[in-house]
Amino acid sequence: MARWVLIHLAAIDMTWITLKSRLAEKGYVASDDLAVALQLALSLGRPLLLEGAAGVGKTEIARTLSEVEDTRLIRLQCYEGLDAAQAIYEWNYQRQLLTIRAAAEDGETGKEVEQRIFSRDFLLERPLMAAITQDTPPVLLIDEIDRADEEFEAFLLEILSDFQVSIPELGTIKAVTRPIVILTSNGTRDLSDALRRRCLYTYVDYPDRLTELAILKARCPDIEARLGEQIIGFVQKLREEELEKTPGIAEMLDFAAALMGLGIADLTEEPAVMHSTLTTLLKTQSDQAQITREVAGRIAGRAA
Amino acid sequence: MSRVTKFAARDPGPSARMAGFITHLRENGLRLGVAEAEIALAALAQVEAINVDDSRRVLRAVCTGCKEEVERFDDLFDSYWMDMGRVKQRVIPTVSSALNDTVHSSRDAKGEEAGASGSASAPDSGGGDVESDGTGRLIATDLRNLNQRDLRDLVRPDEITASEEVARRIGAALSDKRSRRRIAARKGDRLHFRKTIRQSLATGGEPLRLLRKRRPDRTRKIVALCDVSGSMTVYAQVFLAFLAGLMRVDKSADAYLFHTRLVRITDVLRDKDAIRAIGRMSLMVDGFGGGSKIGPSLMRFADSYAKRFVDGRSVVMILSDGYDTKAPALTGLALEKLRKRGCKVIWLNPLKGWSDYAPVAAGMAAALPHLDAFKSANTLGDLAALEKELATL
Repeated sequence: MARWVLIHLAAIDMTWITLKSRLAEKGYVASDDLAVALQLALSLGRPLLLEGAAGVGKTEIARTLSEVEDTRLIRLQCYEGLDAAQAIYEWNYQRQLLTIRAAAEDGETGKEVEQRIFSRDFLLERPLMAAITQDTPPVLLIDEIDRADEEFEAFLLEILSDFQVSIPELGTIKAVTRPIVILTSNGTRDLSDALRRRCLYTYVDYPDRLTELAILKARCPDIEARLGEQIIGFVQKLREEELEKTPGIAEMLDFAAALMGLGIADLTEEPAVMHSTLTTLLKTQSDQAQITREVAGRIAGRAA
Repeated sequence: MSRVTKFAARDPGPSARMAGFITHLRENGLRLGVAEAEIALAALAQVEAINVDDSRRVLRAVCTGCKEEVERFDDLFDSYWMDMGRVKQRVIPTVSSALNDTVHSSRDAKGEEAGASGSASAPDSGGGDVESDGTGRLIATDLRNLNQRDLRDLVRPDEITASEEVARRIGAALSDKRSRRRIAARKGDRLHFRKTIRQSLATGGEPLRLLRKRRPDRTRKIVALCDVSGSMTVYAQVFLAFLAGLMRVDKSADAYLFHTRLVRITDVLRDKDAIRAIGRMSLMVDGFGGGSKIGPSLMRFADSYAKRFVDGRSVVMILSDGYDTKAPALTGLALEKLRKRGCKVIWLNPLKGWSDYAPVAAGMAAALPHLDAFKSANTLGDLAALEKELATL
């Protein structure tokens, strides 16, 4: 009885604020909006759709969440032409062929063989199928859903609403547990309304100054406070420039690591060295041409 | 003073208020169904609903579905729940306003969100009215040509028949080879294992017949936008005939006209009687031969129709001379936005056939970097000749 109460209390106690601090313990600094949405996704059992530019930490949140929940992360990377064979299940054809040959030599009848080779043993589970057959609910990350085509969205909708998979040869496989589903999208194309409606939604933006500073401190604990602030100031100012590819958080962390590796303590001190480390932030030729040493120096000066 | 909206004493309770809020959002163009009210209530139970910021976050996660909606949500939330302590008399809207959705004309029933451009508390900006394609708005604009023009004088039936053939060939030339899925086929490039194994059971596990699969061709969806402003009047004859032919041949094609506004003409052009279709169209396009606002029209297209009708398999075909009375930068922005949907953009310019033509018109110059093809076309013959070039896209 007492134990039941405890568990019950723990469930109530898990507000978005505790979730946020537990994520922070694992090194992920989430915004309030994101923490609330995650908490809702967990408690209501609905998929969460995260949209935002590349490099704002959409994929990372799923990884951290699986650590916090102490469960498996199953990831499905989407690409154009992704179909059921790669996303849901596939028969193990080689094994089937061998079994048929072996059975023929043993003189088994066709019916028995057929039953055997179309059983669960011969099924190769792909991410979606694996996600619904786990004993403990895993985190299912469907990454870059906008890259898959619309036909796949329809598949996905079916699985997200019913949590079951129909296999013609085998019958319907129902979910043992409901996975925690997180979908990410870079917004290269619009997703169908049906999919959006089925999901909770959060737009993940580039973090503000304080949040990004917290991220940097969480990831590089031994960075000097002054350099840290300069780096964040510089990157935030750089994002305001008209760039082809705006640097994300991962780029910012690379930049910080590069500066620390070179032993630079002040961004404005050695413009030449600082400019050479910009390759960690600027990933296209035109961006690198646009941010010349002078421009970089000016931005660093304003940020400091 | 509390900023929170007060509710009348006879108010039926929180669930009715939530239903009222969902209706409020729906009226402002958010795409929400019946189930969302229930989810929203369940979600609110997860936080301390008394805390405005938390409630706002919860409802934002439940009720929004894309970035634009997120940006508008705060205003909508404030206008319903934070009405400066005013008393809301009725949370459930009257029946008449709910009926509005079902009695729209066929054009609006296609999902044009009426009045969705303004924020919840501020009125629409004047610009939105000029660009919107509703026929019911009486707003004076300096550029609109109010002369009615009967397009039947311009387009002859035999031209439509001729253009049907051209449109069919262009449609075929644009077929897409990009499908990554495979289907069973007699001469495929990969083995269809599933079928082969199944069949081999009949021959004692010996896969005697190897079945194959291949990538099927997909047809591309043509979306044609035709400029019918004053400077294009001479060429309108050819292009309108082409559009009419295209619509009759290709069931998935989509057509629009623009001058100072943008009008979707797909539905009227599908009329079985070709000449009646043109007649119906001329009723819709008052302003034909007037000024041109290419940038705003394209922007409006990219913001509204394109979201539903343009995808990675579309080819957007713009028929225009590029003479724009509005800022050319907008044309570039609109095309960039359009391109992000993954479609191909082809610009057919009747002037390009001229011997000394250079795309110096500011609108045209702004558009050029975003085009997959920039071709000339001012007769049906020119359009027919495009077939080969488009096949390589």
